Amino acid sequence: MVEVLKRLTEARGVSGNENEVRAIILELAAQTGARVSVDRMGNVLAEKAGRPGSKKIMLEAHMDEVGFLISGILDNGMLRFKTIGSIDQRLLLSKRVLIGESRIPGVIGVKAIHLQEPEERDKVFPQKQMYMDIGTFCREETEELVEVGDYASFDSRFVRFGDNKVKAKSLDDRVGCGILLELLKETHDFDMVACFSVQEEIGLRGAKVAAWHIQPDLAISLEGTTCADIPDVPDHMQTTRQGKGPAISFMDNSSISDRGLFRRMVETAESHSIPYQIKENVAGGNDAGCIQKSRGGVPTLVVSVPCRYIHSPSSVMDLKDYSDTLRLMKEFLKGCETR
Amino acid sequence: MKELLANLTGIYGPSGNEQRIREAIENEIRDTVDEIHTDALGNLIAVKKGSGKKIMLAAHMDQIGLIVTNIDENGFLRFTNVGGVSPFNLIHRRVIFGNGTAGTVGYETEMEDMKSLKRNRMFIDIGAGSREEARKCVNIGDVAAYYAPMAECNGRYFGCSMDNRAGCAVLVEAIKAVKQSPNELVYVFSVQEEVGLRGARTAAYSVVPDIAIALDVTPTGDTPKTVPSAIRLGAGPAIKVMDSSIIAHPMVKELMIRRAEEAGIAYQLEVLTAGGTDSGAIHLSREGVPSGVLSVPCRYVHSPHEMVDSGDLEHSVELLVKILEKGI
Repeated sequence: MVEVLKRLTEARGVSGNENEVRAIILELAAQTGARVSVDRMGNVLAEKAGRPGSKKIMLEAHMDEVGFLISGILDNGMLRFKTIGSIDQRLLLSKRVLIGESRIPGVIGVKAIHLQEPEERDKVFPQKQMYMDIGTFCREETEELVEVGDYASFDSRFVRFGDNKVKAKSLDDRVGCGILLELLKETHDFDMVACFSVQEEIGLRGAKVAAWHIQPDLAISLEGTTCADIPDVPDHMQTTRQGKGPAISFMDNSSISDRGLFRRMVETAESHSIPYQIKENVAGGNDAGCIQKSRGGVPTLVVSVPCRYIHSPSSVMDLKDYSDTLRLMKEFLKGCETR
Repeated sequence: MKELLANLTGIYGPSGNEQRIREAIENEIRDTVDEIHTDALGNLIAVKKGSGKKIMLAAHMDQIGLIVTNIDENGFLRFTNVGGVSPFNLIHRRVIFGNGTAGTVGYETEMEDMKSLKRNRMFIDIGAGSREEARKCVNIGDVAAYYAPMAECNGRYFGCSMDNRAGCAVLVEAIKAVKQSPNELVYVFSVQEEVGLRGARTAAYSVVPDIAIALDVTPTGDTPKTVPSAIRLGAGPAIKVMDSSIIAHPMVKELMIRRAEEAGIAYQLEVLTAGGTDSGAIHLSREGVPSGVLSVPCRYVHSPHEMVDSGDLEHSVELLVKILEKGI
């Protein structure tokens, strides 16, 4: 399970260019015996049929991650770029990136502290003043390696550290993908469709068309969500806490969870003594927002693994939360069986 | 109408928790329609069969609320908004949870400047002395609504959730009053309008209407030094021209105006610069649905004491019945 998460988070999949992640998911989903397909937007659908005429449950996680697009090449060989998805500009400086299909290494630079005016030191440099440096001397040299329109991602290894924690990029939402791949190993008496969606970070685009196609009776989105159990955040604004189990959402900016599903998920956790927490904030949105509004409407719920520092190259997750989320989902799906 | 409105505005039903208000409306109209059901998101959809064009009428039944996000060790509840709730409207308001638990809204009084009042510096006090005591009646994710029984003065009704129980009441009365219609009439009492027109979107997909009219309230511009708007309380139902979610389809708008003029019902034309309603979602459903809105003028929208005029309500019902009883 940890090995899969390492593969998934070290693969790159900036919104609209999920190829590397998709290849791994296609390989692993096929091993579960599911019927696997890729739709025209690039969503991976993996289906396991139940009894004929049974209801259809959609399980969903997004494959894409935040990142960059190269927008220009300068005379000195350096690159201008745009961000894809929401990234805190303050954390971009001095980060390592990998550019294009051939993984050209680069760093995001800005002038050194010695050269800054005193007032500049207290300011955040706007992203448009930053550049990527790939170690070339001139435009021509760069043009042999990189084209305008190439994607770039954070360069960050999966590292285990501390007390059962991991550091990686793109835990939002490779944790969801990893759990989905585990859930696919089981077969139930209902139709189970796992959807690994594209382009969530730029507006829930992939899941929208996937839900339209799948027409589920209910859907559960699995996410990596914000976790602010860090210094100087008051208790009531921490949202989730690491090590306290899967976070069940009652509402976020994109959907209100179906109250019946919410209660069933809480009851499942309690009756199997699985740690859980209620996500204590109404921040952010996710694919459940568009799945819920698909066609004639779909009851939805979001279950998340708390991840500190999401949308950065160094997100941090507790492996116990990951395994507890998987346990909770397994028990919930067993409870959906009619036999 | 007064009794119905007092009843509907007194029922708990914030977005996502519409079960009770749905049951109350279902009880009101069940005997007058041919079919009635609740869809996957909780919309109540009732059909009065007919051979003509299919008209969808939509009134949202949800109300704004406060959702509990955290309970502190002293039993105070932190919350965030469900729908558009101004922190200034909340100070020391009485609120009520689905199980009847009452509370009052307080704020961190150490605040240096009231301009910095934000929801995350406010809390609901339910009188509990500890987290444990609070958790006996309220859980994280539970939703509170304003508590304000309806009052009447000078022919005006005021109370909480006139947005949009006023629209619901108009539709319920019209459903009962329509005698004959050449049209197929589909009545939708929708969920989750206040958080982004969500219920009406999926209802419109399954109903597949030929035209649609939403019923909702609209703010007025007739109080001292308020934001300019031509809408006045008591000047009749408002026929929507435009808001931030829709430009009313000319055919539907003209039809509404024509019926009002034929029946000699005073009406107002409404251009709302901010805010939207269910028609915004309905008119973009599938290949598009010509849609309009019939609005009940309302002062102090999204406060616990929203005010509507009894004459506006009666005339809205009258106009709606005229629209429904003739062919499109």
